[in-house]
Amino acid sequence: MRLRYLTLTAVAFFSAFPLYYSVVVASRHNSALAEVPPPLIPGGNFFANVARVFDTVPFGLALANSFIVSGSIAVAVMFFSTLAGFAFAKLKFRGRNVMLLITVATMMVPAQLGIIPLYMLMVKLEWTGTNYALIVPALVNAFGVFFMTQYLSRALPTELLEAGRVDGCSTWGLFWHVVLPAARPAAAVLGMLTFMSAWNDYFWPLVVLTPDNPTVQVALSTLASGYVNDYVLGLAGTAIGTLPLVAVFALFGKQIIGGIMQGAVKG
Amino acid sequence: MRHTLDVRVSPYAYVAPFFLLFCAFGLFPLVYTAWVSLHEWTLLSDTQEFIGLGNYATLLADGYFWNATFNTLSIGVLSTVPQLALAIWLAHLLNRRLRFQTLFRIALLLPNVTSVVAVVVIFSQLFGRDFGMINWILGWFGAGHVDWAAGTATSHIALSVMIMWRWTGYNALIFLAAMQAVPRELYEAATIDGAANFTQLRKITIPMIRPTIIFVVIVSTIGAMQIIAEPMLFGQSSGGGGGIATGGPDRQFQTLALFVYENGFANSTLDFGYASAASWLMFVAVVVVAGINFLITRRVRGGLV
Repeated sequence: MRLRYLTLTAVAFFSAFPLYYSVVVASRHNSALAEVPPPLIPGGNFFANVARVFDTVPFGLALANSFIVSGSIAVAVMFFSTLAGFAFAKLKFRGRNVMLLITVATMMVPAQLGIIPLYMLMVKLEWTGTNYALIVPALVNAFGVFFMTQYLSRALPTELLEAGRVDGCSTWGLFWHVVLPAARPAAAVLGMLTFMSAWNDYFWPLVVLTPDNPTVQVALSTLASGYVNDYVLGLAGTAIGTLPLVAVFALFGKQIIGGIMQGAVKG
Repeated sequence: MRHTLDVRVSPYAYVAPFFLLFCAFGLFPLVYTAWVSLHEWTLLSDTQEFIGLGNYATLLADGYFWNATFNTLSIGVLSTVPQLALAIWLAHLLNRRLRFQTLFRIALLLPNVTSVVAVVVIFSQLFGRDFGMINWILGWFGAGHVDWAAGTATSHIALSVMIMWRWTGYNALIFLAAMQAVPRELYEAATIDGAANFTQLRKITIPMIRPTIIFVVIVSTIGAMQIIAEPMLFGQSSGGGGGIATGGPDRQFQTLALFVYENGFANSTLDFGYASAASWLMFVAVVVVAGINFLITRRVRGGLV
């Protein structure tokens, strides 16, 4: 039993230490990196380094872009997933099971391999360099639909819907007045998961955006790619780009983990 | 009458956004990749000449393509196999009544909340040749200064550590979710019979959660075959030179996805046809490797670990 705690504590330490150490380096001066032993407690240079980040890349714009993109995607995914989840979980229609199966199967499609035609499509639509290229393809995804289907089929009593029908609700009325309020707890978790993964997305934004109009992740990679290895600068950017998310996660971690574990039981 | 129409049509309207979006931005690009791959097709040219399997012939003779294939498989095995074994074991440790259960789970998932850019920037520092903490610690045991990014094996290990750090906890939680559905009585009976902890893991837990193991193995395989951001950023921030898309100056850690990116977006030619052919071969490779792993995992009964 003691070994169990010891092991888990060690694993927790290794999970958290790199993040802690990045803050330590981010709050120091580049010369501190050459010290032996390496510095293990934060220094007083953090805000000066953050100011340098804002001088080097358009980080304010990057933060704004990331908030707009991740926020829009999260709201859209919550809405469309609840809508589709309602249909799959509670409405009867021909082809329902097959369509749900297809939805789950699309999660296995390695979508990144279609990156070249996707880019060509964005060029055609004249969306390259804009946030549309990030938002529109991500408005709804299979994981969200499946996640809300699971939740609603378990948590939404069919009697509630029948009562609504008797009161003369249309299907849309049912969705608006009965389903949406009932879906709130799961939709909130889905929204947070979606926001985090949109915030952390790197490759696609790198392909379609330009360095003068970046998201946080694209700006961070610009910082890290300088010819002179300015680790302090890179890590200061990393810290301000990552810490908001880590803070949200620390606050709502329990709910988020519950969501991931519920979504996972599909086997 | 209006009511019937509402009941009949609404469900299709509600699931339509997902299917429309998937067809437009998921399925169409994937299929169109095959079409583009049969052409001499660059971003800058106005006409596209049909050349049949020409791009594929060039590709199969391209040493860089095979190098990228080797790197992808090597990094894939190094990062996935220990990761999943460790994840199962951690889930097993957590699958008890424990104090600080939530705290442990949060700590396990913390790396997964960190963006891939942040992970690589942080670990490039830790794996630094001259002042990196990992070399400093290795120094205690008499090891010299390892230039992690420079060698093939060492760079693959460094990248695998980054991937493992980010994904082990996440997969552990998925395994844990499955383990919690295993009936407690099985363990109680086994304990009465005197079965050791490890035996219980091997004889009860793993067979009972096999569907989840298959699922995680397949998803991890598909993910591992597409690794791109880690080698791309490692090449940038380890300071070894060689540009954003080559995976180190000697292509020692260029993966297949990075090879596609190099030819489609980073080269001066912007050769969409060639990059699409590589994408399509990669797709075939993903299906084959995922299929093999599926067959292997399905056959494993008690002795996965």
